Amino acid sequence: MPDTTMTVNWRRRLVLALLLAPALLWLVGLIILPHVDLALLSFRERVAPREYVPSLAQYRTFFAEPLYWHVFVRTALLSALATALTLAVAFPIAWVIAKVARGRASALLFMVCLIPFWVSETVRTLGWMILLRESGVLPSLLTHLGITAQPVELLYHDATILVGLVYTSLLFMVVPLVGSFESLDNELIEAAYDLGGKGGAILREIVIPHAAPGITAGCIVVFMLTLGNYLTPTLLGGKNSQWFTEQLYTQFITRFNWEQGAALGFLLLGLSTAMVWLGLKLSGQRFSDVMRRA
Amino acid sequence: MIFTRRFRPHPRARRMACLLAALTVGGALATEHAGADDAKVLRIITWADYVPAELIAQFARESGIQVQVTLSNNEEMISKLRATGGAGFDLAQPSQDRIIEAQQEFRIYKPLDASKVRLEEFVPELLETVKRNATVDGKLYALPYVWGTEGLIYNSKRTKITDYTDLCRPDLKGKTAVRLKRPTLMAFALASGKDPFALYGNTKAYTALMDQVGRTLIACKPNLRFFYDNKDQLLNGVRSGEIDAAMAWDSGGWGLNRTNPDIKFINPRSGSIAWMDTFVLPARGRNDAGAYAWINFVMRPENAARVAKSVGNFTAAKGADQLADARLRAQFAETFPDGLKNIKWYPAIPAGLEEIEGAVLDRIKAAN
Amino acid sequence: MVPASPAAADLEVRALSKRFADHAAVRDLTFSVARGSFFSILGPSGCGKTTLLRMIAGFIRPDSGEITIGGRSMAAVAPNKRPVNMVFQHLALFPMMSVAQNVAFGLARRGVGKAERLRRAQAMLERVGLAGSGDKRTDELSGGQRQRVAIARSMVLEPTLLLLDEPLGALDLKLREHMKIELKQLQSAFGTTFVYITHDQSEALVLSDHVGVMNHGRFEQLGTPQELYFAPATSFVAGFVGANNRLTGSALAVAGDLVDVAAAGGWVIRARAHGTIVTGAPVAVYVRPEAATLARAATGLPQGQGVHAARIVSLLFDGANSVALLREASSGLELRIALPQTGALADLKMGERVCFSFDPERAICFAAEANA
Repeated sequence: MPDTTMTVNWRRRLVLALLLAPALLWLVGLIILPHVDLALLSFRERVAPREYVPSLAQYRTFFAEPLYWHVFVRTALLSALATALTLAVAFPIAWVIAKVARGRASALLFMVCLIPFWVSETVRTLGWMILLRESGVLPSLLTHLGITAQPVELLYHDATILVGLVYTSLLFMVVPLVGSFESLDNELIEAAYDLGGKGGAILREIVIPHAAPGITAGCIVVFMLTLGNYLTPTLLGGKNSQWFTEQLYTQFITRFNWEQGAALGFLLLGLSTAMVWLGLKLSGQRFSDVMRRA
Repeated sequence: MIFTRRFRPHPRARRMACLLAALTVGGALATEHAGADDAKVLRIITWADYVPAELIAQFARESGIQVQVTLSNNEEMISKLRATGGAGFDLAQPSQDRIIEAQQEFRIYKPLDASKVRLEEFVPELLETVKRNATVDGKLYALPYVWGTEGLIYNSKRTKITDYTDLCRPDLKGKTAVRLKRPTLMAFALASGKDPFALYGNTKAYTALMDQVGRTLIACKPNLRFFYDNKDQLLNGVRSGEIDAAMAWDSGGWGLNRTNPDIKFINPRSGSIAWMDTFVLPARGRNDAGAYAWINFVMRPENAARVAKSVGNFTAAKGADQLADARLRAQFAETFPDGLKNIKWYPAIPAGLEEIEGAVLDRIKAAN
Repeated sequence: MVPASPAAADLEVRALSKRFADHAAVRDLTFSVARGSFFSILGPSGCGKTTLLRMIAGFIRPDSGEITIGGRSMAAVAPNKRPVNMVFQHLALFPMMSVAQNVAFGLARRGVGKAERLRRAQAMLERVGLAGSGDKRTDELSGGQRQRVAIARSMVLEPTLLLLDEPLGALDLKLREHMKIELKQLQSAFGTTFVYITHDQSEALVLSDHVGVMNHGRFEQLGTPQELYFAPATSFVAGFVGANNRLTGSALAVAGDLVDVAAAGGWVIRARAHGTIVTGAPVAVYVRPEAATLARAATGLPQGQGVHAARIVSLLFDGANSVALLREASSGLELRIALPQTGALADLKMGERVCFSFDPERAICFAAEANA
C-alpha cells in the first residue's frame, strides 16, 4: 500500500508540474529573463564602439536632465487625471448596466462599450484624428452651427490626449465596476433609502464602500494602461505629446541607445509600482482583493 | 508606419527584451535549421513601395524564389537587426549614411561580394558615393538602389517660400510641418549658412551648430502644426489645406503636384539634401545567393523603371531613367534646372553624432 | 373589518390598486391597522402581499387609491421621508459598517450629531439585548442577532409603522420558532404598529392581533387568528390556514345550515353550510384534524355523530401534534386526524381498522366555485 500512495503522490506532483509548466516557462522566459537582461543593460555605459563598462550613467542622465523629469512627471499627472476622468465617466455607465438596464438593454450597453475594441487602437486613434483635425468633422460642424467663426484645430492639445485616453480606457474601468455593482444587493440601497438616505449619502456610505475594490482595480488597470500607452498620446498630442513611453521608443529605436532606454523603462516600472502602492494605501485596499476584481 | 505597436507599462523595453530572450533561446535552434528551404525564400526588410508586387511575381517565375517583404524605416531596420544580431532577414535597404556606424557598433551586416553583382548596371557616380560612405575596413557593405532628395513643398495659391527658414515666417503660423528627425536639423543648419557635414569631425563645433538649430526650431514651433512621421500624414495635411508649406521628399511633392498643380516641390536656396537607400546583407541572412539574384534582377533597367514608377523616385540603375515616366523627368527638370548641382549627399554619420542631435530633438519636442 | 376609528389607526389603505403589465397585483384593497397592533398579511407567493408592502413603504407607486400613515396621506411622500421603516427579507444590514454604525445610519441621515447618535444606537442595542455588540461586524452575529440589529436599526428612528418583509423566511426552523416569540415580545415592548407579511400561516397566527389573508390581490378574510382558524370566510382561507382535510363532493340534501355531502364512492358526510348551498351543487368540506375523534371501535366515539370506517395508512408521531393518516373505507379518500394527547391510541398499527367521527358543526362546507 505505501508504494501505491507514493506513486499517486508522485503522479499528482507530475500533473501539477505539467499544468504549471507553460505559465512558469512564460514567466521565466518572457518576463523575468528579459527584465534581468534589461536591468543589466541599464547599468552599463558605452565608452567606445562595442565597448561597455558598468555605470550608473543612464540613471544619472535621467536625474540630471530636466527634460526627462518634466516628461516623467507630466506623464504621471496626466495619467492620474485620465484615470480620474475615466472613473467619473465609467461610474454612471456601469451603474446603468448593472442596476438600471435589464436583460437585453444591459447587454446592448455593454456591447456599445466593447465596440471600440473591435478595431485596433491605431484605427481608433486615426478615427479620432479624422474627427478632430481642423479640416475634420467636428470643427466644421462647430463652424456650421455658428459656435466658432472658423474651424479650430482640436488636435494636439492635452485635452485631446485626455479624451483619447479616457475613450481607450473606458472598458477597463466599466468591467470591474459592473462586477462590483452587480454584487451589491439592491436591498441594501433600498434599506439605506428607507432609513432616510438621499442619493449622495447612499453613494458615499453604501455604494462606494461596497465597490471600493472594483474601483481600485479599475483605477490601477486604467492608470497602468494610460501610463504605458504610446499610440494615443503620440498621435493625438502631436508635436506637444511628451509622453514618457515616447522617450522609451526614441531611446530604443531611434537612438539605438538601449542602455538609456532600459534605464528609463525601469524608472517607468518604478513609477507605476509606486503609484499603485500609493493608490492601495490611500484607498485602504489589499492588492489580492483588488486583483480578484480586476 | 512606425506606429504599429501597442504599449504597456515599460513596454518597448519589455517588447525588445522579449524579442531578445526569445531569440537567445530560439535563435540558436532556428539557425541550425538553415537548409534547402531557405534557398526558396528571400526575406527583405525595406521601405514602402520599394518592392512592387509585380516584380515579386516575376522573380518567383524566373528563379523559383519567393520574396517576403517587411516594411520599415532606417531606425527600425537597424534596431530589428541589432536585436537579432543580424538575423531574420536576407536583404535590408537602409540609407547609405546609416551603414558604417551601425556596422561598427552592432556588426549587423556582412560584406558584399561585388563579383556576384553586375556592377555595370549601376550609375557610376552613385556607386562611388556609396563606396565612399559604406566601406568598413576596406570591405564594401552596400550597393545603391533608390535615391531622392528632400526639399520644400508649398501651395503656390496661398504662399511662396524659397528656403527652409521660410517655414518659420510669421504669416505661416500653424501652417507648416517638418519631421522631428535629423534631416530637419541638417536642413536648418544649411539654411543658417553653415555646412553641418563639414563639422562632422568636430564635435564641439557640431554641438554648437546643433544647439543653434535647436533654438531656431523651438522659436519656430508655433508655426509647425505637427511633426509628421510618415509621408501619408504630410500628404493628408497638404491635401486638406491644413498645411501650406513643409519639408518634403521629392516623390511626395511631385505626387501632389500631379493631382494639384498649385502644389510645388522646390529645391531650396540652401540646397536639397539627397538620400540614397541601398542593398545590404544582414550578418546572419540565410539566402545570400537569392539576395544577389534579386539585386541583379531588380537592377535590370526595365525592372528598375518599374520600381521608379512604384516609388516615385529615381533608381541607381543605368538606363532606367530613360525608361522612366516622362512626367517624372519633367518634374525633376523643373525642380532641379541645374541638374544635381545644388544637391548635397549625406556623408556617413560618425558615431556619437546622433546623441548630440537626439538631445536637441528632445529639447524641441519638450518646448512649448 | 378591523373595528378602529381613523384617529386610532396608524395605517389606512383605501381602494388601493396596482397592475403590472398583464396582471393585477393588488386590487381595490381597503383596510386599516390599529395603533400599536401587530398586523399580518398572509398569503401564498404571488398573491400581491409584497407589492402591497412596497407600496406602503413607498418603493412602488400605486395606480389608484390612497395610503394614510399616522393620519397623513403618503401620496407625494418619498420613501426616505415616510414615517415608516422596513425590515427586509434578507435584513439588508450594511456589511461595510459596524453594528452600531448600522443602527446609527438613519440618525446620521437625519442630521443627529455623532455623539448623540452613537449614544442612541447603544441604547437601542441594549433594548434588543445586544449591548456590547456595537463594534462587531455584522457577519460576526448569529441569525437571530442580525434580525435584532435590523429591527433596532429601524426602531431607533421611532417610526409610526414598522414593515417586516418575511424576515424569518431565511432562518432555520428552530431559530424561526424562537424568533417568532422574540418578535412578539419586541413588538409589545416597543408598542409600535407592525405590519408583517408572510406566507407561513403559523407565523401569522402566533404573532398577529389581526391577519389579512390575501389571494389574487384581494383580502379573502380579515380577522383575528381565531376567526380565521375557526370561522374561515372562504374555501381558500379554510384551506390555507391550518392543516385542513379537504373533501370534495356534491350537496345531497340541505337541511337548515346542515348539508349532507356525497363524496367519492358514495361516502356521505354531514357538514355546516357556509353561505347558501343548493342541492346538487359541487362543494368542498373542510374538517380540521383535531375536530375529528378517532377510535378502534364505534363505541369509543361521541354519541350522535356519523361513524366512518377507515384503515391506518401512516402514523406521524410528533408529541402533542401527532396525527394519523388514514384511508376512508368507502371513498378511499385520505384524511389526517389528530391522535389524542393522552397517548390512548399510542399502540395503533399501520393497516389497522379504525373508525372516526366529527361534529358536523365543525366541518364547514363551501360551494366549490371558489379558487381553492
